Amino acid sequence: MTAARVTVVLFPGSNCDEDAVIAARNVMAAEARLVRHDERDLGNPDLVILPGGFSYGDYLRSGAMARFSPAMDSVAAFAEKGGAVLGICNGFQILCEAGLLPGAMLRNAGLRFVCKDVFLRVETKRTPFTLVLNRGEVLRVPIAHGDGNWTADPETFRRMEERDQIVFRYVDESGRETPGANPNGSLANVGGICNAQGNVVGLMPHPERCSEELLGNTDGAKIFRSFATALLAHRS
Amino acid sequence: MTVYVRVFLKEGVLDPQGKAIHGALHRLGYGTVKGVRAGKLFRIEMETADAAAALAAARKLADQLLANPVIEDFSVELAPDGASR
Repeated sequence: MTAARVTVVLFPGSNCDEDAVIAARNVMAAEARLVRHDERDLGNPDLVILPGGFSYGDYLRSGAMARFSPAMDSVAAFAEKGGAVLGICNGFQILCEAGLLPGAMLRNAGLRFVCKDVFLRVETKRTPFTLVLNRGEVLRVPIAHGDGNWTADPETFRRMEERDQIVFRYVDESGRETPGANPNGSLANVGGICNAQGNVVGLMPHPERCSEELLGNTDGAKIFRSFATALLAHRS
Repeated sequence: MTVYVRVFLKEGVLDPQGKAIHGALHRLGYGTVKGVRAGKLFRIEMETADAAAALAAARKLADQLLANPVIEDFSVELAPDGASR
């Protein structure tokens, strides 16, 4: 059995790229590598991760410039063919700007950069990143962002709910969806979503920052382990 | 030619910055302020003397990059003469 091949795209200003590579190696025993934003060859990956950070300084809007990188043309083509793409934090913002995920990001409702642990409830098992999790399962995962207030127009959101595209919601520790559990004011407590096909997922929290015992929390590893399981099932 | 591109969040889209500025103005005693929307203004210099072409190019680049049509609207306008610096 060959190892999972994971490509992490490195934009100018990315700062969670190495963390994503290490999580892929240590949790999934993957062959993980970085591909620069100005390269087009993603290297035949099983999974592309768009990491967190502040690509292009987050000037104009978070993710607005990164979407025009040559590497993003290849990511779009890869996603179009059904390839698995995970956007974490800035990666989620880039996927929205690129139109690979619906909606857009607004400044956090509280106007502050928020850096803390939040609780995420798994809303669907349909994506490769949530396949082995249970619907309703609550994960503790850190966030660190200023523009995570995801929004969409009512019609788009209605269609997304119909198609089971809400992947994670912010909840309290016991799994209840309360306004107080929402760290950024996002529509309907949304913390992560997927495209209609379910192969492209974006989330604001950072699973790569809580994937090993050494980091004091391993809840994030469940998302990477889920992908490894989904890949095995897909290959067999 | 110089073109101004104005970008604002669409009506109905929450503007956390505008809301905070509105609140601050009220605290400063500007009770007549009824609403504030924070936007962006870009001044774009173009190497053309053709106003229609400059405006068309500005609309195109605003739609592609300066504004996110999911949440923002934009408008374009020629800058008055002498506003090119």
